Amino acid sequence: MSAFDSVKSGYIKELLAKGIREDGRGLFSYRDIKIIPNVIENAEGSAQADLGGTRVLAGTKVILGEPMHDLPNQGSFSVSAELLPLAHAEYETGPPSPAAIELARVVDRGIRAGNCIDLESLFLEEGKVWSIYVDLYILNYAGNLFDASALAAMAAIMTTRVPKYEDGKEVREDRSRKLKINNVVTTSTFGKIGNTILLDLDENEDNASDARITVATDDDTIRASQKGLRGSFSLKEIDMMLDKTFEKRKELKSKLEHMK
Amino acid sequence: MGGSAANKPKLIIDGKRVDGRSFGQMRQIKITASVLKNADGSAFIEWGNNKILAAVYGPKEATPKHLSDPMKAIIKCRYMMAPFSSLADHGRTGPNRRATEISKVIKEVFENCVVLTEYPGSQIEVYIEILQGDGGTRAAGLTAAAVAMASAGIQMKDIPYAVSVGRIDEHLAIDFNMIEDNYSDSDMPIAISPRNNDIVLLQMDGGLTKEQFMRSIKMAIDAGKTITDLQKRALREVYAKDEINGE
Repeated sequence: MSAFDSVKSGYIKELLAKGIREDGRGLFSYRDIKIIPNVIENAEGSAQADLGGTRVLAGTKVILGEPMHDLPNQGSFSVSAELLPLAHAEYETGPPSPAAIELARVVDRGIRAGNCIDLESLFLEEGKVWSIYVDLYILNYAGNLFDASALAAMAAIMTTRVPKYEDGKEVREDRSRKLKINNVVTTSTFGKIGNTILLDLDENEDNASDARITVATDDDTIRASQKGLRGSFSLKEIDMMLDKTFEKRKELKSKLEHMK
Repeated sequence: MGGSAANKPKLIIDGKRVDGRSFGQMRQIKITASVLKNADGSAFIEWGNNKILAAVYGPKEATPKHLSDPMKAIIKCRYMMAPFSSLADHGRTGPNRRATEISKVIKEVFENCVVLTEYPGSQIEVYIEILQGDGGTRAAGLTAAAVAMASAGIQMKDIPYAVSVGRIDEHLAIDFNMIEDNYSDSDMPIAISPRNNDIVLLQMDGGLTKEQFMRSIKMAIDAGKTITDLQKRALREVYAKDEINGE
């Protein structure tokens, strides 16, 4: 963290001690959320999610592959994330950082545990299935990559179309079949700055935070969770954040409603 | 999690788990501190069929230089599974995405528990090698690494421990073995700082209601007393040995 960042963090903490956020939001309010579906025509599915200044592009490719050996009757999917060097001054070229791997795996777990994609519908014939690759491209970092990425990934999956498969061959031009979706998972990510818990941290708040927790849910069930950073949470704080997550669920889900 | 539902074995038989345990019962745990000569601190943990070595090197000068923090120590952590550690495959060597993520969240636990400001400009390295894995390796590895850290004489606010809690049908159960891990309905590794029961690591996937989620954490806290006692006993035994040897 640069000297400027640490001065800025001090300012954020001072404000929060008075219960104020720099941009005037309530502690548990999201910034503006905007999702644009189908932004990349060549991809089988895509969406761009803006969460305040954070912008994530998610693209899906549906590729002919082999099933996992222990799951012979279903397709597979995986999520990867790239913190592109064009997204922030501190992001560098190179192999995926631990932060990018964590981000991708947390998004992956929510979608997987929520059975969002009907993987059985991706079975073609013995030894052949469709594999879905979800790639998260971080285009601009302004805090809370987790919720922006989860929204972009879910939206991209909901827009995904599966190529035709005929006589043992794929017909990539024919993508009339929609990917079958079983469930829609959304996530809420909280941070802790000093003793204050807040939702959807922007870049300065991210820098000032000691602890982070992401909770992925559907309407009534927690599907995945991940605590990060060096700080800790009490049992009481976790209890409160789980309630807030379910409170926020409706707002997030409504942003995904028109995705197709 | 992750196994196919089709060939899911029965995980509960006559109200007992596959290895005969009750829902709140952990496997046998044995911790030995200071098992490696070269490391500044080390521990070997046998947790059920898990066999895990943890070692700590440092504090020493942080490298590369640009990572060094003039105000505090940095922690480096590597969790790795040996290629021969699992019953099934030959594991590929080198860190994979899973190991990278686990290394990151364990590193963050030690950033919490070590008094970093005592060692400005230095690094403390934590190595966790899973020699044999049978479910719950990150929890067992973290528990061992905490003992290794303390046995290195590094100042800590607390000695964290970890354990996983999962769900099989409507039952919550502590400390899954590999079969339970593969076919359970949810899994949640948790690390706790025992001095205030704060949660320093939490990962979860599967499906839990809020009530089950909270109850899982409480089960981990309940199990903590046993684990903490074993950690402390392992550390005391080292010094008892030293006394006998006249050191």
